[in-house]
Amino acid sequence: MSAYDPRSPSTLGAVTEPEQTPERQAGDPGVPGQVPPIPAGEPHAPAPAVVHHDVVDHAIEKPVFETEDLSVHYGGKPAVLDVTMKVPQKEITAFIGPSGCGKSTILRCFDRMNDLIPAASVGGRVLYHGIDLYAADVDAVQVRKRIGMVFQKPNPFPKAIYENIAFGPRVLGMKGNMDEIVETALRRASLWDDVKDRLKDNAFGMSGGQQQRLCIARALATNPDVLLMDEPCSALDPISTGRIEDLMHELKETVSIVIVTHNMQQAARVSDRTAFFIVDLSAGEENRIGRLVEYGPTDRIFTNPHDTRTEEYVSGKFG
Amino acid sequence: MAVDPLLPGTSSVREDVNAGLGSRETKHLVRDQVFVALLLLLTSVGLIVLGALLIDTGLDGIPSISMDFLTSFPSAFPEKAGIESAIMGTLWLMGVVALVIIPLGIATALYLEEYADPSKWWNRVIEVNIQNLAAVPSIVYGILGLAYIVRGPLDLGRTVLAGGLTLSLVVLPVVIITAREAIRAVPPSIKEGALALGATQWQAIWRQILPSSIPGIATGVILSLSRAIGETAPLILVGAATFVAFNPTSLDSPFTALPLQIFSWISQPNEDFQALAAAAIVVLLVILILLNAVAIWLRNRYQRRW
Repeated sequence: MSAYDPRSPSTLGAVTEPEQTPERQAGDPGVPGQVPPIPAGEPHAPAPAVVHHDVVDHAIEKPVFETEDLSVHYGGKPAVLDVTMKVPQKEITAFIGPSGCGKSTILRCFDRMNDLIPAASVGGRVLYHGIDLYAADVDAVQVRKRIGMVFQKPNPFPKAIYENIAFGPRVLGMKGNMDEIVETALRRASLWDDVKDRLKDNAFGMSGGQQQRLCIARALATNPDVLLMDEPCSALDPISTGRIEDLMHELKETVSIVIVTHNMQQAARVSDRTAFFIVDLSAGEENRIGRLVEYGPTDRIFTNPHDTRTEEYVSGKFG
Repeated sequence: MAVDPLLPGTSSVREDVNAGLGSRETKHLVRDQVFVALLLLLTSVGLIVLGALLIDTGLDGIPSISMDFLTSFPSAFPEKAGIESAIMGTLWLMGVVALVIIPLGIATALYLEEYADPSKWWNRVIEVNIQNLAAVPSIVYGILGLAYIVRGPLDLGRTVLAGGLTLSLVVLPVVIITAREAIRAVPPSIKEGALALGATQWQAIWRQILPSSIPGIATGVILSLSRAIGETAPLILVGAATFVAFNPTSLDSPFTALPLQIFSWISQPNEDFQALAAAAIVVLLVILILLNAVAIWLRNRYQRRW
């Protein structure tokens, strides 16, 4: 439950100065389309100094999320290991990386959606405003009431547009005029003008892009301070994608956003910070382990990455 | 013979295929048509037998159907006999069955789909047993009803309640299986969406999953009722009367039911009673067709493509 202390040894210990990067010598660029090899180590041993945090990130005051050696195992097999990072408030943080690198898994730790998978177990810590989300006395339902989530495929409820928005506030027992709550949420998702005349129509009659913005509006209706987005545009056309990206820029005035994306250009366009994850195959082809490789301001990740693997990924050499 | 440079050794096959391109209409088309004709013939055998039975029953029975027939009690004289007490008994039975199977069936299906951990052995035992129970002959349920409901621990006697509970046991496995399918048809993303908004598991089930699966559950319940309505063997075993000259007035009334009345009349030597049996069969068939029509309408009206 301790508040974040920027000088606490546990967080400082994970800092690696960019100059001391052993992989840089190790890396002649890998074969295109292949994950570059990671220096062999004992399986399950801590990654051999693969994390290249920017020092700036550790100076983040009052992060909304802070993870310490966060690991997720599925049925005893490691899926993501040793993620230590801080997610700042009122900014857009993007998680990028190849398939299976664990970026969605980490995102789902932030609102404890991994609890729904019985075989999943979470190690390490996730602090939300300094509160350990996985502490014994924290109820996952209470966590999700404060943190909104938008999924890869739009998943509106098979009900009226109005009912879709009203569900969250009703579940929370929010007081006040429900019509106003619905209108505010739809306006924040810039969907009000599209649907104000057909609030009673079934949400399944909307286009895919509208459905996804409805899901964003639905998440905003409960006034969360964080919005987690798990590849929100992967099922949408470029125009709908553009509208959602514009929307994210407006929303970050009031909400902290973490977005997982396959699309590097999208990360470059929308995010303030980017975390790059990788699939570590050093424990064998069957044991694909996700790891955080590099995390920092988006400009720097894309223009001056400190790790060769980041450089190869953002320049399109693999993934 | 030319050798195919790409696939050596296949040239003769290739030539056959090429030759076949021209002659397809003669040889293959005839074979196709013969096969289709065979299938049609086999399909029509079943339909013709069913049609003949329906027409035969209709010819025997329809002349006997009148308002008097529907509103009279059974009698020793065929011209005075009717099926009012049988219809009312059947309605009472269906009421009891519906009240039992809807809550029990939905609750069991929800438990198995949403709460049960399939890695626990007891949940697997429940699941396998429900599948097996659906295939148990209904007369076995009749024996069970006689031993435990009419006599034994519940000791309800030969009443509407005992008959209804026994029929409920017969159809409950089917209700559970169809309700589970309806619940499973709701995509997991709906539940995820509700949970991500901070709904408890119960709120997600009660406000999103259940409403979305109600049409499928209702269809299953109606089809189960239409199965229960025709069941005879378990009712004979639990000792429903075949000659009841009054309507049931409460759950502990003695009763009869349409299939029992039919069974009783069919066993009479008098030809006139045979005609009455045919008439009662027509009435039962009409009720069944109506029930099934409602089920089909529900399914088509509310079916959702996710």
